[in-house]
Amino acid sequence: MSTDRLVDFDEVLTRYEPVIGLETHVELGTASKMFCGCSTTFGGEPNTQTCPVCLGLPGSLPVANAAAIESTIRIGLALGCRIATWCRFARKNYFYPDIPKGFQTTQYDEPLCTAGHLDVEVDGETYRVEIERVHLEEDTGKNLHVGGATGRIHGADHSLIDYNRAGIPLVEIVTRPIPGAGAKAPEVAKAYVTELREILLALGVSEVRMEQGNLRCDVNTSLAPIGSLEWGTRTETKNVNSLRSVERAVRFEMRRQAALLDGDVRILQETRHFHEDTGTTSPGRSKEEATDYRYFPEPDLVPVAPDEEWVGKLLADLPELPAARRARLSEEWGIAPTEMAWLVNAGAVGLVGDTVAAGASPADARKWWLGELARRANDAGVELAELAVTPAQVAELVGLVSAGTINDQLARQALDGVLAGEGGPAQVVESRGLAVLGESDELVTAVDAAIEGNPDVAEKVRGGKVQAIGALVGAVMKTTRGKADAATVKRMLEERLC
Amino acid sequence: MSIPVSTDVTSMTVDQIQAALADGATAVDITQAYLDRIASADGELGAYLHVDPEAAVAVADAIDAAGTRGTGLNGVPVALKDVVVTEGVPTTSGSRILEGWRPPYDATVAARLKAAGTVLLGKTNMDEFAMGSSTENSAYRITRNPWDPDRIPGGSSGGSSAAVAAGLAPWAIGTDTGGSIRQPAALTGLVGHKPTYGSVSRYGLIAFSSSLDQAGPMARTVLDAALLHEAIGGHDALDSTSIDAPVPVLAECARRGAAGDLSGIRVGVVRELGGEGHTDGYEDGVLSRVAEATALLEGMGAEVRVVSCPAFDLALAAYYLIAPSEASSNLARFDGVRYGLRVGDDGSRDLDEVMALTREQGFGAEVKRRIILGTYALSSGYYEAYYGQAQKVRTLISRDFSAAFADVDVLVSPTTPTVAFPLGARTGDPLAMYAADLCTLPASLAGLPAISVPCGLSEGLPVGLQIMAPALADDRCYQVAAALEAAQDDARGHRFLDQLSRRAATPEGAA
Repeated sequence: MSTDRLVDFDEVLTRYEPVIGLETHVELGTASKMFCGCSTTFGGEPNTQTCPVCLGLPGSLPVANAAAIESTIRIGLALGCRIATWCRFARKNYFYPDIPKGFQTTQYDEPLCTAGHLDVEVDGETYRVEIERVHLEEDTGKNLHVGGATGRIHGADHSLIDYNRAGIPLVEIVTRPIPGAGAKAPEVAKAYVTELREILLALGVSEVRMEQGNLRCDVNTSLAPIGSLEWGTRTETKNVNSLRSVERAVRFEMRRQAALLDGDVRILQETRHFHEDTGTTSPGRSKEEATDYRYFPEPDLVPVAPDEEWVGKLLADLPELPAARRARLSEEWGIAPTEMAWLVNAGAVGLVGDTVAAGASPADARKWWLGELARRANDAGVELAELAVTPAQVAELVGLVSAGTINDQLARQALDGVLAGEGGPAQVVESRGLAVLGESDELVTAVDAAIEGNPDVAEKVRGGKVQAIGALVGAVMKTTRGKADAATVKRMLEERLC
Repeated sequence: MSIPVSTDVTSMTVDQIQAALADGATAVDITQAYLDRIASADGELGAYLHVDPEAAVAVADAIDAAGTRGTGLNGVPVALKDVVVTEGVPTTSGSRILEGWRPPYDATVAARLKAAGTVLLGKTNMDEFAMGSSTENSAYRITRNPWDPDRIPGGSSGGSSAAVAAGLAPWAIGTDTGGSIRQPAALTGLVGHKPTYGSVSRYGLIAFSSSLDQAGPMARTVLDAALLHEAIGGHDALDSTSIDAPVPVLAECARRGAAGDLSGIRVGVVRELGGEGHTDGYEDGVLSRVAEATALLEGMGAEVRVVSCPAFDLALAAYYLIAPSEASSNLARFDGVRYGLRVGDDGSRDLDEVMALTREQGFGAEVKRRIILGTYALSSGYYEAYYGQAQKVRTLISRDFSAAFADVDVLVSPTTPTVAFPLGARTGDPLAMYAADLCTLPASLAGLPAISVPCGLSEGLPVGLQIMAPALADDRCYQVAAALEAAQDDARGHRFLDQLSRRAATPEGAA
């Protein structure tokens, strides 16, 4: 779909140095919206979670959600930010049907939190990402453009607007430009969002479901010739809505921009859209003809002045943050930092931790999440956390294996059922009849049949060539379609032949 | 005091209506009297944009049936400026862009009056989005001044002022951003009070300038104004800028003030508002009535002195940056997407064109002028020079007030520099129109309470005295205004507005 010329990624780095930056929007998980009492539940019938305030009806006024302010401050504290002692909301004025008031209530030059940082690790190396600001605003409604090929407003027959999302509290976390990551820039971008997501989960401020749009990233990318004192012109890629896409978007923009710069073509400072299907970006509106948002302090809201004592208490009450948790877990689980890094990169720390908490051994939990489950996520092109299986279910699966109810092969079949929505592991084992056969009549019959059906092999075993017994075990496993326990089968064969 | 009690319901004060209701008059009778008067007189007067007689009678009937009439405000009719959002009742803010809109909710002011058992007579005319000083900017109709039908009734609450002065409502709600309650009250011989910013909920007032807008009472007497203010005032959780303080005791202050003892009260006459060296644009008749009123206050024991508030000279310039700036943002929601007018949506135009056409045809000239002014003032590169500077002036004005209130209890000035001017006299000259708010703007910018109370006639037209007080000291406004009103009524032998009904009773002005 994209006709952009691209430079090979490794070649980009021989000539250019990337600088990246990320703006991350997080929908908070508060029960009610930012400025009214409407529900924030995802997936309601369009326009059923609205009121005069979030519809921006004439005369309506906002009242700030205290829980959202608290969540924002906690995010700021977790990122080591300075918390403002006094700040105001501002109006960002522009016309678009998904903002019902004709302006978005946001924060401008007085954000709640400033000057923080987040350390992320890629391949054993730590990169410090400076946080410029964390501020609070309201989400927009959602447009649905009907008809036309692109799903965009241009060419559509008509457009529908759902204001259920309008007014949901949205926290924007903006990094300072991140230079110096070189070839690791795409991975640093991904690692940053991954770590940020872990922090948000630990704080419990958002469900951070990327597929539901709880967390949305805009990725800024620019290239400068190696050795240049100035940074290049950046593009802002919007709609980057999965961890994998963050990495792909940076990679693609680096390759695209390098091709332009090689041809002495100026990079336009513009907004670009990311396409999940092709991994490419395409131009949106150009920032060089950008609207003047005419920011000014929101006169309908009073200033926010967080009490120092309260902020101190919020700081003291922060939960254990992911980095500290990882350090502790490495020790508790007895694993090397490198393996912990794999878990982090796979987005599996929380999942493994929760699986252990649900009763599995650390080794089993790691084995499942980094092995079978990682493979399935990869095949499906989704993140681990997006798989339709919970840590508790994985722990249950592990428990069934260690109890001998099923073996590893049956466990994979049970997992198939869980992922297919057939219920929990025990339920699937029951409904699919996956339990291991004990020394039942069925197994005795199968063992006897294997000996009868393979007289030559049986003779060899009797003659002392014990290793030949494997072929007989295989035959039994085949007749029982994997439901037998190999060790049991082997023992039974030995009892009969040796 | 021996003021004769009128037998004509529509010239009664509200405390007289309350007495009549307690005495056995029905809410339906009272309501019907006003509806009849509206039916006979409003075609010419133009005070109302929407009247639903059946609905009003139904409400009155329910109150009669409930047996609550005669207690509190039960059964007392009221009119609301059309900027107040009313559930199921058309609300236009005087603009074509909201034609036909029936809101799904009630403003807090409307809800409180409903809960108090008042009967809504109708919605009154106003300058479009409250932008204007003559009500001539209404998209719908001209409103005439009951004292002289060729003159303006003031604005932007000109429908409310005309309705109350002409007996088409016993009282009414107005809103005041730069003087829109006080100025029309002054020009029609009413008492009008702009409460302390934040003391009456703004929830459901269609916003013009959020940091300035306040709803308040417009009434025939100071006591009535106080009663209406008490009914709508007090904290509202739906308005973040609402002050969390108890509903003020005002009617009692009005009654106390009427006793006429002002000893110990220090009154400051603001030099910059019509005083020495600042009389340009002020009519002599206005200044004379104000001087006489001030002398009357002194005669009741008040200590009068002249005070200077130099920053007041900058109020007009600051106001016409701040109010349009906020308005340009507040009016952005009128884009034809969700409610009200939509123009040009015929499938041939894109979204931006439909929005632009809707706003082009939906807004009047003055509204467009202010949107453009405000958009410019907030623009990147101009913000500091205009909006930023204007906010600094606002601070200076507040400081002048603080300094003055260190020495005096209230400040007084004319409410308006002139009496009501003829219809059409200033429509071609926006700056001349803006000058009508010269005296009322300082208190607006500082968020302070200010009342206008009649203080005589000049050339046969009403003159108002403005009394300003520190934040949350609205009671002082009522107390001093009530003293002045009582003294003048005593001297005159009848109420101020009775002059109007007597004159109306003698056609051609022949006596």
